[in-house]
Amino acid sequence: MNDAGLTVRGLRVSFGGSRGMFGRGGRPAVAAVAGVDLDVAAGEIVAVVGESGSGKTTVARCVVGLVTPDDGTLSYDDVPLGSTRSRPPAIQRAIQMVFQDPRSSLNPRMTAGAIVREAWQAHPAAAPSGDQDAAVRNLLAEVGLDASVAGRRPSALSGGQCQRVSIARALALRPRLLVCDEAVSALDVSVQAQILRLLSDVRRDHGLSMLFISHDLGVVRQIADRVVVMRSGEVVEQAPAEDLFTRPTHPYTRALLDAALDLEGAAS
Amino acid sequence: MSEPLLDVRDLDVFLPTRSGPVHVLDGVSFSVDAARTTGLIGESGSGKTMAAMAIIGLLPAGAVTRGQLWWRSEDLLAVSSRRRRQVRGREIAMIFQDPLASLNPGQTVGRQVTEIPRRDGMGRAELARTATHLLDRVGIPDPAQRTGNYPHQFSGGQRQRAMTALALAGQPQLILADEPTTALDVTVQARILDLLRHLRDTEHTAMLLVSHDLRVMAHVADDLVVMYAGRVCERGPAQAVLREPRHPYTKALVASVPAVRARTAIADPLPGSPADPAHRPAGCAFHPRCPLAVLRCRVERPTVREVAPGRWTACHLAEADGLPDAAEVRP
Repeated sequence: MNDAGLTVRGLRVSFGGSRGMFGRGGRPAVAAVAGVDLDVAAGEIVAVVGESGSGKTTVARCVVGLVTPDDGTLSYDDVPLGSTRSRPPAIQRAIQMVFQDPRSSLNPRMTAGAIVREAWQAHPAAAPSGDQDAAVRNLLAEVGLDASVAGRRPSALSGGQCQRVSIARALALRPRLLVCDEAVSALDVSVQAQILRLLSDVRRDHGLSMLFISHDLGVVRQIADRVVVMRSGEVVEQAPAEDLFTRPTHPYTRALLDAALDLEGAAS
Repeated sequence: MSEPLLDVRDLDVFLPTRSGPVHVLDGVSFSVDAARTTGLIGESGSGKTMAAMAIIGLLPAGAVTRGQLWWRSEDLLAVSSRRRRQVRGREIAMIFQDPLASLNPGQTVGRQVTEIPRRDGMGRAELARTATHLLDRVGIPDPAQRTGNYPHQFSGGQRQRAMTALALAGQPQLILADEPTTALDVTVQARILDLLRHLRDTEHTAMLLVSHDLRVMAHVADDLVVMYAGRVCERGPAQAVLREPRHPYTKALVASVPAVRARTAIADPLPGSPADPAHRPAGCAFHPRCPLAVLRCRVERPTVREVAPGRWTACHLAEADGLPDAAEVRP
């Protein structure tokens, strides 16, 4: 084992494509990701930014194994991730995802405690040897939730609390890489900072790496070490976060930064 | 000062739920002046969308409304339902967040934007000219050709422009826009916000902009109304409110917006989540999350008072020159 982290080379994914009815009106396949190279070193937070249709979410889904690429290689610490269907359990466990809408990504019929415990049923190797209830309480405490939350269903929790439960569930498997797809975008702004703090603490305490997919450049500037800018399935620029924000080199990056709004400097 | 175009006074709205009526708007007062954009900002449960729905008269069935909605010289809560329908769409128009859901997929855009003049009996040739003119006013290139397109042939930003054209068709004095750019990419958002500003400047249409996004407000709003748990906590000129908030909630919101053009640390977050109007805390609804809260805040509901000219706040502790430091309040 080494600590190369995530390596993505030559990733290609295309969607759609049909022959059409009676051979007419068919559409060619659309390349959602057209040859992407990307690295996330151990302990690093890499943000992928871009507008809708840029392919940023598709890259994230390939990394967690929800989408099968047409071509390219994905590896973690130089171990190939394998095809979507036959990922070794250890790799599946090592890469966890936090979704945009915490409410719809949690099972509404299960309590928060059961949601966290379910992760261990899927991956017994990660289950704690001792008292599981105590381990659940510790995980909930780590993400800033009171032990009483364990007995409540997602419908009885706020959006921010649901997102904390999602993070606790991911942490239950002691992952190496957390893939966050717009993980704070659906939250109220006063709650967004809580979750950003939590993600930043989790990275520090566990030495996790993160692939942070976001359209919010302000959030990215606060949390990312490095930024990858995507457009129409391709990487147009990648750089350390401060360099990208202060000295963007690609015209598209400059256009994105120019269009982004800030509170300061607004015309009255 | 001239009379406001719309004056919302002590508006209460109760919504029926399985566990009884919920007081979703509690004594809300604010006004919208002609040719100005008023921003209504808040998080989930703040009641901002409910306030817009009450104004346009599209509250869910079973909603009970109290208070007054002065539209120039008439109270919209007291007029006949016939008069209410007349106002809706013509004098007050609305733009929704998701234009794809609000446009009819089976009708051309040109036909939809001219719905109102068609009902007024405008002739076919003039309708075609009107449709072209409307699409042109909202910045759709090649408008004469595009009137024959269906909504799916428009991009997301163009659909939002088409919605705006539809709203303009009745020559409204006030446009209510509910999160008009939330579903759009940043580069498209910037252009739609420019369009809204342009309409205010050239057509002198007043606008009530409902959004959760302070950055959008900073760019478009002249006046700001900040809502929390169904109540107004602060209102005043937008730039002044954002630069020197007179309510701790506004201050926390401003602090939590990450900057793009400067490096900022992750803000000290407020504890907890936005209050739910169904379980509104006693006293000031914000007190459980407030860094300044003292005993009085827990027991006495603050009224919205004017602490400096044009600056209204519902904070017990606010003064003419600002808010106290936490250390002064709780040494």
